[in-house]
Amino acid sequence: MSVSDPNEKIAATVPEGARRSLPDPLRRAVRRPEFGALVGVLAVYLLFAVATHGNNFVSITGTAGWLNTASQLGIVAIPVAMLMIAGEFDLSIGSLIGATSIFFAIAHGSYGVPIEVTILLALLLGLLVGLFNGIVTVRTQLPSFIVTLVSMLGLSGAALGFSRMLVGTPNVSLKVEGYVKLVFAARLGPANISILWWLLVAVLAWWVLSRTVFGNWVYATGGDKNAAREAGVPTDRVKITLFVATALGAVLVGIIQTLEFNGGEATRGQVYVFNSIIASVIGGVFLQGGYGSAVGVTLGTMTYGIVSLGIYYTGWNADWAQLLLGVLLLVAVLTNNLFHKLALKA
Amino acid sequence: MTSPIIEARGISKSFAGMQALINVSLQVNPGRVLCLLGDNGAGKSTLIKILSGVIAPTSGTVLIDGQTTHLRNPSEARARGIATVHQYGGTVPLMSVARNFFLGAEPTIGRGLFKRINIDLANRIALDQLHALGIRRVKNANQLVGTLSGGERQALAIARAVHFGARVLILDEPTSALGVKEAGTVLRLIRQVTERGAAVVLITHNAHHALTVGDNFAILIQGAVAATFARGERTKLEVLNLMAGGEEMEALQADMEDVEAD
Repeated sequence: MSVSDPNEKIAATVPEGARRSLPDPLRRAVRRPEFGALVGVLAVYLLFAVATHGNNFVSITGTAGWLNTASQLGIVAIPVAMLMIAGEFDLSIGSLIGATSIFFAIAHGSYGVPIEVTILLALLLGLLVGLFNGIVTVRTQLPSFIVTLVSMLGLSGAALGFSRMLVGTPNVSLKVEGYVKLVFAARLGPANISILWWLLVAVLAWWVLSRTVFGNWVYATGGDKNAAREAGVPTDRVKITLFVATALGAVLVGIIQTLEFNGGEATRGQVYVFNSIIASVIGGVFLQGGYGSAVGVTLGTMTYGIVSLGIYYTGWNADWAQLLLGVLLLVAVLTNNLFHKLALKA
Repeated sequence: MTSPIIEARGISKSFAGMQALINVSLQVNPGRVLCLLGDNGAGKSTLIKILSGVIAPTSGTVLIDGQTTHLRNPSEARARGIATVHQYGGTVPLMSVARNFFLGAEPTIGRGLFKRINIDLANRIALDQLHALGIRRVKNANQLVGTLSGGERQALAIARAVHFGARVLILDEPTSALGVKEAGTVLRLIRQVTERGAAVVLITHNAHHALTVGDNFAILIQGAVAATFARGERTKLEVLNLMAGGEEMEALQADMEDVEAD
C-alpha cells in the first residue's frame, strides 16, 4: 500500500499475466485473508435476518445477544488464531476457563481472598499454564495438540478434584458487586461489557499482527520456521509468548463468566476449545499456519455468534446450528485452500 | 591482489569416527567466485557448515580477515559478513517481499507501544535493492513471495544478504531446483554481486553452471580436495571426470557408447 507513485502502485498490484476481468481494488480485496470471512458473516447474517423475520433478531436485543456470544468467544479465539498463525494449537483453553472460574469462586467466595488478589492469582495461573504449554512444546518438539491436550486433562481434573476436596462441589455460587463487577460484567441494557473487551483484544491483535515486528515474526514462525530461524527470529519465544496470550484470554473469559453468571463452575468453557478453532478457520486462518488476520478472526467470531444465537430466533431446533456451523467450516476450509492457491499464483 | 576474506587451513571433520573432511585448505577472495564441486556425500555441506559457523572443525583453522577465528554459531558468522543462502532462499512464501527482505531486522518508527514496522521504508528499500540486482519483474513490495519464481526468490535472499552487509555469500545449490532460464538469472546475479566486491562460494554439482561463473574451483572427493584450478585451466569433461572420481565417468561414457553402438 505504500509505493510512492500512486500510478505505479496500481500497475504493480497485479502481476503480469494475471490482468483479467476483476478490477484492481476488488482483486486486491479477494486476496486479503479476511475476504472470505466478510462474505461469510454477511451471508449468515442475511440468512438469519430473513429466516427470523418478525422475531426481533435484527433488533437491539437480538444484536446485543449475538454480540455477547461472539465477544466471549472472541476474547479467547483471537489469541488462539494468532497462535494458529504461528503454527500451534491450544486445546487447554476450555479447561483453563473452567479452572479459572471455580478457582475464582472458591478463593474469593469460600476463602475470602481479596478480589484484587484473586484476579492477580488467576492471571498468574494463566501465565503458568501458558508457559507450561509453550516451553514444553518448544523444548520437546512434540505437537502442541498433544501437549495442550495433556494440560487440558490435567487442568480439568485438578479443577474438579480440588473443588470437590475443598468445598465438596464443582459449582460454587458467588455474588460480586462494585467496580470489579462493572469492569468484567457490566451491562448496558442487553449488551455485556465483554463486547468492549472483545473489541480491545481485536484492536490489539490487529495492531500486533499487521504493524509490529512481533507480528512479522508470528507470520514467519508459522510460515516457515527454519527460514525464520535463519533470519534470526526467536521462534521459540514467539510461540511461548502466544501460548501465554491464549491462556490469559481464557482466564479473562473465566473471570467474566464467573461474575456474569454469579458463580464458578469447574466444567465451564469446554465448548470454547473447538469453537475458537472454528471461528479462526471461518475467519481465514490456515490450519497449517502462516496466514490469517485479526479482522478475519473477529468476523469469524461474529459468524459464530450470529449462527448460535440466530438459531433460537428462528424457532428451529438448536441442533441445526451445529449442522450449519459444520457446513460453514467445510466451506471455509475449502475457500481458504482456494485463496491459498490464488494468493500464491502470480 | 587483496588478501582472502576466509581462509581454511587443513580443516578436518569426523563424525563418530567417519571422516567427513580430510585436510581441506582453500581461500575465499573478495570479488571472486569459488566453486565447490563434488558428488553427493563428498563433504560439500560439511565444509559450508564449518564456514558458516553451524559446526566446528575437528582440527585445522579458519582464518577470517587473516585472523584465526572460532565461529560458534551462524549469527556470529553473519556478524562477520558471512551469509548462507540455501536452496529455497530461506524466504517465507505467504509473506510479502518487503516483510521477507527485512525479516529479523525490521526497520521501525515510533516509540513504546506505538513502535511499528516502517512499512513504507521497508517496501522502498526492498524494491530498490531487487531492481539494483536486475530483478525488474518484481514491481510491488507487497506481493507475496510465494508468487515469485524460484530464481526471484533466490535473488531476494541474495539481495537481502548483500543489503545487510554480507561480504561472503555461501550459495548452497542455488540453481539445482531451477529451470534453464531461471538458473541464468541467478548466475548473472552472482556475477553482479562479485562485481560489487563480495566473495561468493558456490556449491553445486552442476559443472556447467560452475564453469560459467566460477573464478576458482575446488573439487571434493570423499572429504578431500581432489583438485583445485583456476578458470580456463580445465575443460568441462575433465571437471566432470574429476567430480565422478576419475575413471568411472570415462568407463560410463565407454559403456554408453557401447549401448549406442548396439
